[in-house]
Amino acid sequence: MSAVLDPHGHAAGHDDHHDHAPSGWQRWVYATNHKDIGTLYLLFSFTMLMIGGLLALAIRAELFEPGLQLVNPELFNQLTTMHGLIMVFGAIMPAFVGFANWMIPLQIGAPDMAFARMNNFSFWLMVPAGLMLVGSFFVPGGAPAAGWTLYAPLTLQMGPSMDAGIFAMHILGASSIMGSINIIVTILNMRAPGMTLMKMPMFCWTWLITAYLLIAVMPVLAGAITMTLTDRHFGTTFFNPAGGGDPVMYQHIFWFFGHPEVYIMILPAFGIISHVVPAFARKRLFGYASMVYATSSIAILSFIVWAHHMFTTGMPVTGQLFFMYATMLIAVPTAVKIFNWIATMWQGSMTFETPMLFACGFIFVFTIGGFTGLILAMAPIDILLQDTYYVVAHFHYVLVAGSLFALFAGVYFWIPKWTGVMYNETRGKIHFWWSLISFNVTFFPMHFLGLAGMPRRYADYPMQFADFNAVASVGAFFFGFAQVYFFLFVVLPCMRGNGAKAPQRPWNDPDGKGAEGLEWEVPSPAPFHTFETPPRLDATATRVLDARVQPEHPAH
Amino acid sequence: MTRNSKIVALLSLAGALAGPAHAVQDLPGGPAVRQLNLTTAATRIAAEQSWLHWFMLITCIVIFIAVFSVMFYSIWKHRKSKGHKPANFHESVTVEVIWTIIPFIIVIAMALPATKVLVASKDTSNADLTIKATGYQWKWGYDYLNGEAQGVSFVSTLLPSHREMSNDGARAADLPNDFLFAVDNPLVVPVNRKVRIITTANDVIHAWGVPAFGVKQDAIPGFVRDTWFRAEKVGDFYGQCYELCGKEHAFMPIHVKVVSQEDFSKWAADQKKVMAAKADDPSKVWKLEDLLVRGEKVYAGTCQACHQANGKGAGPILPLDGSPIVQDGDKTKQIQVVLNGRNAMPAWKSQLSDTDIAAVITYTKNHWGNKTGQVVQPAEVLAQRSK
Repeated sequence: MSAVLDPHGHAAGHDDHHDHAPSGWQRWVYATNHKDIGTLYLLFSFTMLMIGGLLALAIRAELFEPGLQLVNPELFNQLTTMHGLIMVFGAIMPAFVGFANWMIPLQIGAPDMAFARMNNFSFWLMVPAGLMLVGSFFVPGGAPAAGWTLYAPLTLQMGPSMDAGIFAMHILGASSIMGSINIIVTILNMRAPGMTLMKMPMFCWTWLITAYLLIAVMPVLAGAITMTLTDRHFGTTFFNPAGGGDPVMYQHIFWFFGHPEVYIMILPAFGIISHVVPAFARKRLFGYASMVYATSSIAILSFIVWAHHMFTTGMPVTGQLFFMYATMLIAVPTAVKIFNWIATMWQGSMTFETPMLFACGFIFVFTIGGFTGLILAMAPIDILLQDTYYVVAHFHYVLVAGSLFALFAGVYFWIPKWTGVMYNETRGKIHFWWSLISFNVTFFPMHFLGLAGMPRRYADYPMQFADFNAVASVGAFFFGFAQVYFFLFVVLPCMRGNGAKAPQRPWNDPDGKGAEGLEWEVPSPAPFHTFETPPRLDATATRVLDARVQPEHPAH
Repeated sequence: MTRNSKIVALLSLAGALAGPAHAVQDLPGGPAVRQLNLTTAATRIAAEQSWLHWFMLITCIVIFIAVFSVMFYSIWKHRKSKGHKPANFHESVTVEVIWTIIPFIIVIAMALPATKVLVASKDTSNADLTIKATGYQWKWGYDYLNGEAQGVSFVSTLLPSHREMSNDGARAADLPNDFLFAVDNPLVVPVNRKVRIITTANDVIHAWGVPAFGVKQDAIPGFVRDTWFRAEKVGDFYGQCYELCGKEHAFMPIHVKVVSQEDFSKWAADQKKVMAAKADDPSKVWKLEDLLVRGEKVYAGTCQACHQANGKGAGPILPLDGSPIVQDGDKTKQIQVVLNGRNAMPAWKSQLSDTDIAAVITYTKNHWGNKTGQVVQPAEVLAQRSK
């Protein structure tokens, strides 16, 4: 393999001398280095997180009290729609791709991603798409206001921004597919000799499965929105009953994409947690093989549960029963994962630095979201809770306390490797507790609102719902400011190099217990080029036996 | 109970921020103030759903406490600061098989009662009374298809005063208890009768639901779906539209009045008389002033939500004041737009009578800055219907 990937065939010592790193703006625009592209993805996704967060705060400000005070109902619908689209496609998904870019080559001992230029293209496609989404607010008629699910036939009533939105989603889909191909090819072909699939780090496993999910479902989304586009402009009637179309067919196609999509946003999070928990418990991950099987089962099941989003569309009772049973089945592999993490902690020697705090917070709060998911899976209860704030509470428990908290755990865990600087532990802990508490203040009351029947996507609501809405709004502002604090007081100092210098193995005791994996075999910060020659690995594929990779640390 | 005290503390904080609280009370048949659980059931299905929810909630809380006591015990005892040395185990097929099988059995135990309730709630056969509910942007139309009230048909709209209160920021000191729930014509059904609701829609997808009855059914344009309830209590019950349907989504509530069989018979007879009286003769020739009076009412109930009271429209909604189509000498242009819709404008031919359309067009042609003096007669609308 190395002969193919090393076109110069030069001696190993050659690599250490020069890093052909371009400087200035060219370094970023022409970036082909997986670490630079990873950084670009992470910064892009944080920017989108802030924009999506601003939209969320506008929503919560309007809902602070009954009555319309700040925005009109039309703008309100635009805010909820764009908050959803920007957070899902602009913030959470690119953040995980950023992690994949940074960590997968480091974790499998590869020099870079397989297709470096395509990697550049998949990132830079996201920027115009993101601009188009954000810019749609300035299009005559305003941004799309049909909800992030873009249900037909409401989409047929939207203004020209809908077409821009559809175009943006097409571009983002193309970017995701290219990113996925890159990840699959990298993982399958570029692992260091000795790293068999079943020795591969869990984060790579979860991303491998996620990438297959993406390739399977992004074209389905593209199909659904293309049909919307032709219905809008080219006289087709896929979703228009007047021409023999079926509005419910849109929902089937959308959720065939949409349900695997939610696992696309959580499986890499499971991967990150599976690295953080063992590192701080100073114990190997419990049940590695069953984790791989559980992740695969979740991925496969995710294709046969989509219509649980549609229990009120009026399916036949047999259809409802099938989707109810299939959905409840997903609880089993998910429970196995939770048990495995707790078994990893059991009898460990735990410390609670910020990554571990976020990982424990993730397990605890994500499980609440899992249980409300089980309750929603019950079709008779879902008929009451469908399209109420209970659903909003549920998916924020799994997407914010799930995906976002896992992303934070990952940032704190790996930022010493990325920047060479230790983040400030006190600030990290402040960020964790601030986020955890304000998150629950924001979203826990929404369970009560949903049970009481408050519909989602409502610009105004009856007086009886006022108090819990006020609490949620106050919590939302605290949560939002916590993330600004995180960027300004944790991330920025690290990026600027202000702080204690990070050791090569920040999470290991002197006796070697702690974090394992090839990313800790390279210095901090990780050099621009790593593993240019495939490393020789030990039997567990977590240690490099070869001095060429880290000349200052001879073989162990 | 610490969570409760925490919530109370937070609520008082929020209350302090929100300023003087409105003296709002529970709405019987609708939501209660700070309601924590499902709405009190008024049907057998809703009671069973509520039982199912309690069963799920308790089971989940028990599992949650069991699992997380293990985690927190471990966090407490197996920490480095307490000098705990890490164990080496990282695999056990036996344990893993056990903790795969146990959740599987629990899930089956949950699915059994859910299946029973679901099958019962889907059985819409042998209904005593069938009503068609049609979702419009943004109101509900009801047609009684059989029984004593057969042929009764009306549209149910949020009271315009409530919409205005909402626009004013709900600042009024005397906000009614049924704020955003009050409609002009509630749906009236008899108690203890199986009522089948057939849903459909005119424009986009809506959802008809009443929490106290345990029903929610999407109303899909071009398709009919059904659901049912048998209300066991006399009283008022409230629901809302549950599927995003455009800008006034929050303003198309559902009000169901459950009455005794005798009251229902009386109501049905009255309604039939009202219907007969209302039926306008489309060949009647109207005077301008009469059309203006009627048109103003139609405008307030139908057009104002989008075109605004000042006729200026907003965003994608075009203004009527100064509109070339409204001022055009050829009256058929505006009649066609109102009948059949255009772009964002929905078609009104199935909701408004010829007289209503003639009245509202006459009104818009002679209001604000539009001083055309033109009169549109119902017969002219009727003539355009077939074109």
